[in-house]
Amino acid sequence: MVTGDPIIQVRGLTAAYGDSIILEGLNFEIRRGEVFVILGGSGCGKSTLLKHLIGLIPPAAGEILIDGRDFGSATGRERARILEMFGVTYQSGALFGSLTLSENITLALEEFTDLPAAARELVARMKLALVGLEQFGGHFPSEVSGGMQKRAAIARAMALDPLVLFLDEPSAGLDPVTSAGLDDLIRTLNRTLGVTFVIVSHELPSIYAVADRVIMLDQSTKGIIAEGAPDFLRDHDTNPFVHAFFHREPGEGAR
Amino acid sequence: MSESDPTPTLRIEQREGADILVLPPRLDAEQVAASWGLLAAKGRRWRVDASRLVSSDGAGLAFLWSLQKKNGADISGLNSSMLALLAPFDALALEPEARPPGRESVFVIVGRLGAGFFSDLSDQIAFVGRFFSMLGACLLRPRLVRWNDMWLTAQQAGVNALLVAGIVSFLTGMIMAFQSAVPLKQFGVDIFVVNLVALALLRELGPIMTAVVLAGRSGSAFAAEIGTMKVNEEVNALETMGLDPMRFLVVPRVLAGFIVTPALTIYANVLGVAGGFVVMMTQGFPFAALWNQLVSAVGVTDVMTGVIKSFVFGLLVAGVGCLRGLQTGTGASAVGKSTTSAVVSGIFLIVVTDAIFAAVFYVLKW
Repeated sequence: MVTGDPIIQVRGLTAAYGDSIILEGLNFEIRRGEVFVILGGSGCGKSTLLKHLIGLIPPAAGEILIDGRDFGSATGRERARILEMFGVTYQSGALFGSLTLSENITLALEEFTDLPAAARELVARMKLALVGLEQFGGHFPSEVSGGMQKRAAIARAMALDPLVLFLDEPSAGLDPVTSAGLDDLIRTLNRTLGVTFVIVSHELPSIYAVADRVIMLDQSTKGIIAEGAPDFLRDHDTNPFVHAFFHREPGEGAR
Repeated sequence: MSESDPTPTLRIEQREGADILVLPPRLDAEQVAASWGLLAAKGRRWRVDASRLVSSDGAGLAFLWSLQKKNGADISGLNSSMLALLAPFDALALEPEARPPGRESVFVIVGRLGAGFFSDLSDQIAFVGRFFSMLGACLLRPRLVRWNDMWLTAQQAGVNALLVAGIVSFLTGMIMAFQSAVPLKQFGVDIFVVNLVALALLRELGPIMTAVVLAGRSGSAFAAEIGTMKVNEEVNALETMGLDPMRFLVVPRVLAGFIVTPALTIYANVLGVAGGFVVMMTQGFPFAALWNQLVSAVGVTDVMTGVIKSFVFGLLVAGVGCLRGLQTGTGASAVGKSTTSAVVSGIFLIVVTDAIFAAVFYVLKW
């Protein structure tokens, strides 16, 4: 489903918290319909990059173009239109604790569509069924396990059928079976609906299973040290850190 | 030295005229604690016999590492498993991180406090601006307001506060009546206790105490709720879903505070005056006399000044609670901090605003 034209373009992006620069001069693009994975060791700025891509943190320098429009300078309606294209899940799930799983999903439908209540609830149940939680719509987030919260968060992110789904470490903390099921779900949504995925992850099996292209960030250079298909990087990349990462070798990995 | 030593410890032996540090089979925290001082001997390089050493805890490894790297000791007889345990630290310096000097100059501290004050002020101004622009949008399109949330918050902040606000106010009325009855009686004007209690309560104490109760109960709750949502990334989730936290979280709460505070204030006023009446009736005054005195002493402006103030107090307490919640940093302690800050800022704002009102009402002769 990769059509080739970029949906997200990052140009000269520098990310910083106050004086401390996390990432510097990043250039890459994410193509429509691909599964794009952001890799890197702990603390190299993967989640920070994701927060920039979804507009939570403005870039310290550089620009992020979404569908050709500059996200940083977009305000009001234009920004809202960009956000409508996005679905996001956070590391912690970030479900609304005062709402049931089902209500977490219907909230967005209630706000952005004119669907009647019965239709909203059915859509919510169907989204929950996609992640295997159709029995748990009436539960509150605190009443289900961490892995279930994570899956419910993915269901919520899909509520409005976004063009781009951002997943921050979706399979961390999931058992291998559930995690493989999630990979299947990503593949299915990608192939059938053409959803573009931007995933932060370091679970190698799931990266091989879903990723079309990956970039690898590095803490010491604050930039991208590898870009390409995961199989290709595993077999051909000469950077010692990239090699160690894909071959699960200790030592260089902890940078 | 004997192999049957019950608790073999680290010891120093004389061999060939030199001091040799003989390590026991197991080097643990207890022994390291007793022997750490040996490392401090300046300019003395130890010769160490580690041939009996077979196991060690973290403290033991630290001791060995210090012997090796700091003391430059000559360690003989380390077995392969001990070498493997030490290997990960071989190439590392393990120096304590350089910390910024603990004492800062007074200029830096004053500067930082000043900058913090002004950035907080600019945050508050920006928050007020964003709130009112959102409130304006909500007034034009009432459908935007989350009315269910608003009524739920109003119930929690108002109905559930009836007991505590009522008791506080009733007792305050009683206390004021008791305290003032004695001196006024000396002048034979103890019926004026009614004027004192009613005017003080209606104009000042009723609105202020109600607002303080609201700051303690609800301002803190707002900050904790929104702060926890912030920590759990729920606020981020709202934002990326295109749902403005200002509309979702702040407007319902502030509207609830705005509606509930005046209602609570009127209720507290009534109970406070009733408290005063109860005391006066025990002093032998009939209800009718007290009521006539009340009606002649209290004018519409006295009631209205209190109620007008309470609208503003409600807005401020609820608003600052929400602001502190949204300002919450990361971690559980941040929620505690913003909760405290919500109460403190709330009470501070109540008192400052009340002073401004006092000046304004004085000029207006209300």
